[in-house]
Amino acid sequence: MQYLLMLHLDETAWPQMTPAEQQQGAAAYAAFTEALSAQGALAGSNRLQPSSTATTVRLADGKPQVLDGPFADSKEQVGGYYLIDVPDLDAAIAWAARCPTASHGTVEIRPVWAMPA
Amino acid sequence: MTDEAQAAARRVADAVARRSYGKLVAYLAARTGDVAGAEDALAEAFAAALADWPAKGCPETPEAWLLTVARRKAADAGRRGRTAMAASGRLKLIAEELEAAAAAPEIPDRRLALMFACAHPAIDPAMHAPLMLQAVIGLDAARIASAFLVSPAAMGQRLVRAKGKIRRAGVPFAIPPREALAERSEAVLDAIYAAFAEGWSDPSGADPARRDLTEEAMFLARLAAELMPDAPEALGLLALMLYAEARRPARRGPGGEYVPLADQDPALWVAPMIEEAETVLRRAGGLGAIGRRQLEAALQSAHVARGRAGLSNWAETVQLYDALYALTASPVVAVNRALALAETKGAAAGLAAMPAEDERLAAYQPYWAARAELLARNGEAEGARHAYDLAIGLELDPAVRAFLQRRRAALPT
Repeated sequence: MQYLLMLHLDETAWPQMTPAEQQQGAAAYAAFTEALSAQGALAGSNRLQPSSTATTVRLADGKPQVLDGPFADSKEQVGGYYLIDVPDLDAAIAWAARCPTASHGTVEIRPVWAMPA
Repeated sequence: MTDEAQAAARRVADAVARRSYGKLVAYLAARTGDVAGAEDALAEAFAAALADWPAKGCPETPEAWLLTVARRKAADAGRRGRTAMAASGRLKLIAEELEAAAAAPEIPDRRLALMFACAHPAIDPAMHAPLMLQAVIGLDAARIASAFLVSPAAMGQRLVRAKGKIRRAGVPFAIPPREALAERSEAVLDAIYAAFAEGWSDPSGADPARRDLTEEAMFLARLAAELMPDAPEALGLLALMLYAEARRPARRGPGGEYVPLADQDPALWVAPMIEEAETVLRRAGGLGAIGRRQLEAALQSAHVARGRAGLSNWAETVQLYDALYALTASPVVAVNRALALAETKGAAAGLAAMPAEDERLAAYQPYWAARAELLARNGEAEGARHAYDLAIGLELDPAVRAFLQRRRAALPT
């Protein structure tokens, strides 16, 4: 089964970190990605630019309404994701717990909507 | 057939039907992840069994009987042109699993895995017990709802939602690995005890839905103990529930009035249930890992021994509460410990050992009842009156309320 691990974190923390801390942080994510990959569980992953770069679009009266900023303005934002392929929710929970985000933010696990074959 | 024989036949048929139904739901759900689909596939067969078996007797192979009826119903549904439904992937999958089950020489018992799925940490803890009552023993939402004081519609919706989460989120149907087993078993036992406690809050057994739930919870506790024979806490829970249930006939007087433990007539306790509890508790003790539920059961055992033999074992009782408190740090345990301590060291010592009032205890009736009792015994009538007032105001059960009012009225002015 595929699960999307959405990494919710306080993105203001990163710029305040020293270069050494940033390097250490990035290395932790790289190691996590490597572990997922080595177990054959990684289906995709990306880090996202900060939410200040977000643009939201929706149609209002048939016309696209474009807004500067994220969909929901809250303290924690989606900073990245992992798409993983594992047997069940317990396996997904085990990976989410190892994800570095779990120690400074929140990992949301969402099963991917499986299309009928 | 006499009424009694009829009732007995119904009980046997009911138990056999629920065992087989639960086994089949667990088997199908474990294969497909789809609890609701498994229940749907078996619903009509289960209803037919509950109607037929009490009169005709249980079939020799109850699971095969249920499967035969379920397959016929599925085929009928297909023929009646419910093609849209029959073609849906979920139902087709369930239908295939029904065929596979019918061809299997024996249905493996996956009910423990189903219990672990129902009590999974990804499922709302308040739904663990209702899910188990429905999926493992086939109780309908209306009966579960009335026991948990929720509207049937709301309970139905929550059950649907929880089963949807199990299926769509891929909650596993499996015995958790060793490192997670203790914690995950706790959740299963908590759910069983929650179902039992709902039933026990109607000690007169006047409300049929609640009384039945006690029996159903007992069924689940026996099942958990049977499927986890090496888990001391599963045995501890079964023993605890047996002790409590054994005292039910003594908890109310002839006029329906509340009878506290100390005043109960031990002759009214159900002796075979107590013997079974003692045996189960000894077996748990033999497994060499003490736990909360075993200690709670041991306390019940001490109450029983005191009541039956009239011996004073309060010192031993206090020790058990000490151990339980060390394990749980629960203020409720501290309250009971203080009451036991008062029996050996006097009311003043009991009062001194009472936990400090906090937010949780302030709304906890037994805390105020215990305080009132100890204050009264210590000659502090004014304080006792105040504590009784709070206990009376917090009590739900009219019989207990009347008991507390009698106690309060007996205080010297």
